[in-house]
Amino acid sequence: MFTLITLDDIEALAVGAWILGTGGGGSPYLGLLNMRRLYAEGHRVELMSPLDLADDDRVAVVSNMGAPLVDQERLRDSRNVARAVEMQQDYSGVKFRAVMSLEIGGGNGIQPLMAAAHLGLPVVDADLMGRAYPEAQMTSVAVGDLRPYPCALYDPRGLESIVTEVPSWKWMERVSRKICVEMGSIASTCKAPRTGSEVKEWGIHFTVSKAIGIGKRVREAQRRHEDPIAAILDEARGKQLFRGKVVDVARRATEGFLRGRCVIEGLDEDRGATLEIAFQNEWVVAWRMEGDERKPIAMSPDLICVLDTVSGNAFGTETIRYGMRVTVVALPAPPVFLTPKGLEHVGPRAFGYDLDFRSVFEE
Amino acid sequence: MRRIGIDVGGTNTDAVLLEDGHVVHAVKTPTTEDVTGGIVAALGKLSQHPDVARGTIDGVVIGTTHFVNAIVQRRDLARVAAVRIGLPASASLPPFCDWPDDLAQLVRGEIFMLEGGHEYDGREFMPFDETGMREAARKIRDGGLRSVAVASSFSPLDPSHEERARAVIAEECPEAHVTLSHELGRIGLLERENAALLNAALLDLARVTIAGFRDAIEASHIDAPLFITQNDGTVMSAEMAMALPVMSFASGATNSMRGAAFLSGVQDAMVVDVGGTSSDVGQLRRGFPREANSVVEIGEVRTLFRMPDLFSIGLGGGSIVTNAGGTQAVQVGPQSVGYRLTEEALVFGGRILTATDAAVAAGIVEIGDAKKAAGVPRDVARAVLDAAKAKLEDAIDRMKTEAGDVPLIAVGGGAFLVPDKLAGVSEVIRVAHGDCANAVGAAIAQISGETDQVYREMNRDDAIAAAEAQAVERAVAAGAERATLQTVDVEDMPLAYLPGNALRVRVRVAGEMQRPA
Repeated sequence: MFTLITLDDIEALAVGAWILGTGGGGSPYLGLLNMRRLYAEGHRVELMSPLDLADDDRVAVVSNMGAPLVDQERLRDSRNVARAVEMQQDYSGVKFRAVMSLEIGGGNGIQPLMAAAHLGLPVVDADLMGRAYPEAQMTSVAVGDLRPYPCALYDPRGLESIVTEVPSWKWMERVSRKICVEMGSIASTCKAPRTGSEVKEWGIHFTVSKAIGIGKRVREAQRRHEDPIAAILDEARGKQLFRGKVVDVARRATEGFLRGRCVIEGLDEDRGATLEIAFQNEWVVAWRMEGDERKPIAMSPDLICVLDTVSGNAFGTETIRYGMRVTVVALPAPPVFLTPKGLEHVGPRAFGYDLDFRSVFEE
Repeated sequence: MRRIGIDVGGTNTDAVLLEDGHVVHAVKTPTTEDVTGGIVAALGKLSQHPDVARGTIDGVVIGTTHFVNAIVQRRDLARVAAVRIGLPASASLPPFCDWPDDLAQLVRGEIFMLEGGHEYDGREFMPFDETGMREAARKIRDGGLRSVAVASSFSPLDPSHEERARAVIAEECPEAHVTLSHELGRIGLLERENAALLNAALLDLARVTIAGFRDAIEASHIDAPLFITQNDGTVMSAEMAMALPVMSFASGATNSMRGAAFLSGVQDAMVVDVGGTSSDVGQLRRGFPREANSVVEIGEVRTLFRMPDLFSIGLGGGSIVTNAGGTQAVQVGPQSVGYRLTEEALVFGGRILTATDAAVAAGIVEIGDAKKAAGVPRDVARAVLDAAKAKLEDAIDRMKTEAGDVPLIAVGGGAFLVPDKLAGVSEVIRVAHGDCANAVGAAIAQISGETDQVYREMNRDDAIAAAEAQAVERAVAAGAERATLQTVDVEDMPLAYLPGNALRVRVRVAGEMQRPA
């Protein structure tokens, strides 16, 4: 029923989660270091299928919230996220059966493993985004209008906050963001507890395995000096959108987000064309330009991943820069976001682009 | 202005004299085990030229790979006490947590983790634990450790907790040498702390080595201040180099690129430095190498040094040729005879077919005894040069940041392997003294100042102007002539999720050395 997650799986998870982060979510490196240490100390974490949850089991949903830059200075202490889970348990009076990630993409892909190691709980092979997204209402459980509260936020200086009640996910985003900013723009959080039946109905399933699978294929291709991009496309049933070189990156911080555009000039079969990708922490919409034509070719909720052409590793919207050689690929979106309600939450209009969603993977 | 530039490489020690922008004389001598001997020999050879002996010398600038080699080869390293100021955050990832075991075994001394540090906006994260620091300093004293590295969170924005730690250590353990992380690095506590730990481990070696440099200059009867080149193509004083040896880590490659810019008069171009074993390809922007922006590993330790962005390939004058005359395609490199070129290459009477032999056989260069390479078939020689060309074209293409053809400056002892026509290259520029470009780069090194800081509630232009002003003051404090300072790099990055339009700005300025009063 449970499978042991090996350290090699976690090394692969760090690579795969960064790819599924679609440019956001922060690098998983600090989480990986914590897990190496915990495993060296003898801790082990097990993975369980969401389908094995009993309907009335309770699942802790964890994430690190805030600016990746602050993470770089405070580092990341595996005990913090475990404490957020305990706070939630104490406040809600529930006994958690397992832990799962809010978002598999980026550093948060490893958060539940840290909590699980300290609390002796298994990790559910699922998350609520199937990627990374910048805001609290951009989850499968928000699409499902499940209860958004309570949310526990923790800072190791003894700052413990619970948002006990809000009328909507958007209010949860606004209020918890304020607390997070006061804590120094970083907080360990445990979101509203979910029941086993909620996870079975609304969770995005098997995303931990998916991230590990992608990471393993990339690492294997790197070792064998094979094409890691081809391995990713094969493993995740993706499509290559564009190959080229970054020629411009414009970033600006608005309303607490990193927004901007990245322009990539085509190479190889894309020579003569240009790809422009808009981002809000994560890559959101990509337009292909050739001659006078400017055509949107990929958009959220499809995953747009900008990868190092040589290594296959992901580039983040904070770290991408002029001159990098990249391959842009699209991976299929979780089906929950493809419904009209899902698209309201995470479609192109949710990010301010007046476009009708059209999937890269439509026939 | 008359300056001597010296490059102390793994194989050769090169020296040049520059006078008002012209190379007066350049020499090459073998590097010696003690470093000093090679420099004395090079300076002796240099001063045999009549124009060198005449007149005073304004400065001697040395570029060296000595310190980075000590880390890579795990030798001459001191044990270090690590002080981390950032509790109650960061506790699960203590100093040395991502070091390779063999290096950590050599360097890791006692570890102390204390409360303190700052936030992204300059607020205190926690008050500095001075009592804890005092106890730690006493333990360091009693334990006999003399090298200490201190890192506190967000110290590049507010270094006061690191400085208070240094003051306490000075009171309790005055003989200790302390490295503070903010003097070395940028945002990223782990990488910045790693740089401080490496630096602290090198302090003993730095004192001995820099003293050796001074002895060599004195023994050569030169009365001039000594400078050491940094990774970014600028210099630091010998005193600063003794305190911050890691700042010289990548100066060899930087110097050859800067030397290439100087000798050619071209400020924006690709540069290839072809040595005996490998070739480095980089890009010059406004006369400086483009910097790597991502994590740089030194001896398998992650750091955030200011390093040139280089792509290295295993191709040089000593590259060994395989499959010559066989059915498979001819291969050149990555194996090389290295410094044994003058014994093992065919043209020197050896038995190994090298890239140099192929070039001699093809008649594009005269090295050694051409008759000894006469047995190399014409088509094999051609195939070797074509294979070298393909490797170079691929490396140049990887490093180019713009479409279209760009000029390429070819320097280094193996530059003859670079053909005049290459895909993606508008022209190949060759320069006199190109084989000593690194020593020339050392001689022309400038003085710089840098800031890397987060600004809030300021528009972008004002924030960049504020950063520039601070960088200028830092450069002047380091000995630059104010009027010559130019901004060589600006990078700004808004910070996700942070309120108040937070903008991180990094600015670097560089200019000429102040003339001695």
